[in-house]
Amino acid sequence: MKKSILFGITAALGLSAGAVFADGHGSTLDVVKERGNLLCGVSTGSPGFSGVDDSGMNVGFDVDYCRALAAAIFNDPMAVSFVPLSSAVRFTALASGEVDILARNTTWTYSRDTDLKQTFLGVTYYDGQGFMVKKDLGVNSTLELDGATVCIQVGTTTELNLADYFKANNMSYEPVPTTDNAESKQQYLAGACDTYTTDASALHGTRINLENPDDHMVLPEIISKEPLGPLVRHGDDNWADIGRWVLNALVIAEEKGITSANIDSFADTADAEIHRLLGTGDDDILAMMNMPKDAMYNAIKATGNYGEIFERNLGASSGINIVRGVNNSWTNGGILYSPPFR
Amino acid sequence: MSSVDFPVEKFRFGMLLSDTRYRSTSLQVITFIFFVAGVFWLVDNTVKNLALLDKDVSFSFLWMRAGYDINQRLIPYTNDSTHATAALVGILNTLLVAFVGCILATIIGVFVGILRLSKNWIIAKLMSVYIEGFRNVPLLLWIVMVFALLTEFTPQPRAFKGENPDASMIIFESIAVTNRGTYLPNPQWGAGSIWLILVFLVSLLGIIIFRRYAKNIQKNTGRNLPVLWVSLGIFFVPTILFYFILGSPVTLEYPYLKGFNFKDGVHIRNSFIALTLALAFYTSAFIGEIVRSGIMAISKGQTEAAAALGMRPNKIMSLIILPQALRVIVPPMISQYLNLTKNSSLAIAVGYMDVRGTLGGITLNQTGREMESMVLLMGFYLTVSLLISSIINYFNRSFQLVGK
Repeated sequence: MKKSILFGITAALGLSAGAVFADGHGSTLDVVKERGNLLCGVSTGSPGFSGVDDSGMNVGFDVDYCRALAAAIFNDPMAVSFVPLSSAVRFTALASGEVDILARNTTWTYSRDTDLKQTFLGVTYYDGQGFMVKKDLGVNSTLELDGATVCIQVGTTTELNLADYFKANNMSYEPVPTTDNAESKQQYLAGACDTYTTDASALHGTRINLENPDDHMVLPEIISKEPLGPLVRHGDDNWADIGRWVLNALVIAEEKGITSANIDSFADTADAEIHRLLGTGDDDILAMMNMPKDAMYNAIKATGNYGEIFERNLGASSGINIVRGVNNSWTNGGILYSPPFR
Repeated sequence: MSSVDFPVEKFRFGMLLSDTRYRSTSLQVITFIFFVAGVFWLVDNTVKNLALLDKDVSFSFLWMRAGYDINQRLIPYTNDSTHATAALVGILNTLLVAFVGCILATIIGVFVGILRLSKNWIIAKLMSVYIEGFRNVPLLLWIVMVFALLTEFTPQPRAFKGENPDASMIIFESIAVTNRGTYLPNPQWGAGSIWLILVFLVSLLGIIIFRRYAKNIQKNTGRNLPVLWVSLGIFFVPTILFYFILGSPVTLEYPYLKGFNFKDGVHIRNSFIALTLALAFYTSAFIGEIVRSGIMAISKGQTEAAAALGMRPNKIMSLIILPQALRVIVPPMISQYLNLTKNSSLAIAVGYMDVRGTLGGITLNQTGREMESMVLLMGFYLTVSLLISSIINYFNRSFQLVGK
């Protein structure tokens, strides 16, 4: 009798244990709407991409993308909470639901897409890995860096590219691992490493904020492809679609010449795609992903089109002065090309 | 004669709790069931949630190519090695820092503990300041500060360049202190050096034999032999003599500046120095207090009795007080050694590639196997901690009072 009772208790506990487990993954859009704001994972500080201005506002290229997304959902670009994440914890934070979307100059790679179970939404910035050196080091090419000590942020694709590049060119190096951009910068300035390597855009942004930017240079070679873009976790395709098409809308807006300033002047345009995009026509195609009809209108109105975001954060007016290059609309000789909004 | 029949109580379910014969067993069984159910629930919950995220639990990533480089490696490793090898490199780096750190912390700690009891007011107060300063500031800050001092206030390798360099190597141009680490001469073991090592080992054996002999003499006759001087003589003289007889088989390879950095020589990185020193200083403050409490636990009568026999203060400390104090000192030392080992996982703050930095840092990040990496890491620290405890416990038994 004793045995059967024990068995009964064990079985009951086992069953209840099987039944109780947390299911926190409904529709991300519903969760975000209920919460009233978007949780956006950004970098802990990368000039031009994510930072805080003098008045304490989050600013930057990645930040503006999240603001556009928030404007599309809530018609309020301020309905975002920015979560600063180091390169080492970003994927864990996204996978565990700590953030809804990661816009943290993250490189789109095969294994991150598949093995890490993330969905990349597109490319916001075509970057490549570069090297910054002090001018008085007398180095003019990365191929002269044999034996150099290299500052590198841990847990990034740049770490792997660095190993591959030096190996392919039969050169040796000594890595000095750091946890973020600030620490790399400090080590580099102290001379604990000869060169600092990361995405070229971040190098330009970092260099411009140094005390004497002219004493430093970014070497001309780009050793890797670093397509940076926002990403979400696997499992909610509609949420991924929303993020992807807000990005596409910003690109299309630039292509069509729609800016935050002139957006209202397109109400009578003959271009049907603009009507579909801005929700000014009869069709409400944004309902296909459960978004308000004027979602893209609100997004573009709030942050401007892709070109405006680029110019404000990375272009000449930001002081960082990165040329558009490949990051230009395909109509202007770049490779930004959005699928049609149809 | 009538026998008294005690009614044989039939077993009832309620007796499991009301009857003292069963109660403790049934309580234990219930606790065990709850424990097993709890563990089962945790594992089940984790597996289901991972499945929701479309992830599985697999350790196969350990056998894949790591792809990243590690600066300090005690075993051969390239970026073509596996993640498992990278983890092993990290484990050895952790053990190295823990080993050197524990030894340093013990030496400094014992000195600090004894000196804090000094009759010299200034020395005692200085030691108090040392102890309070180190143990009341978070360890992470000490690590970062030592590292910052090393990188900011030592010259860059470039400063050694040119006709009139800003910096120069110290001690006969053999050691270079730079902000990337310290470069020491590297001994080269030439032909015949095996004999030199043999001679050295034999002289070590000689020292042990001589000490036994001296102890016997003292036991039997009370005569004290000059143990220290003879030991030192045996330690140095034969080895140095044979070094020249064998024609200097061991040479030193000096570091020299080539390109961006010093070449050859042994490179001790600043990250290692900073981490080891900070860990040693921090832990030595606690060890100092343990040593002090151990010494104070020995009654004053022992000192006075030894003094009455005509012993000098140094001898009283080393022959009477410390051996007895060890009984009080050793057990709490275990937890200090464990703390130091576990605290070494702060290494990432200065970019020292310990096991937390390789397996729990870069590997975790590149493969996205958080769960597996963390389980392995916890298993590693648990194993090392238990090992250290059992080793010291073994030694501890030899210090305890043994009835003769």
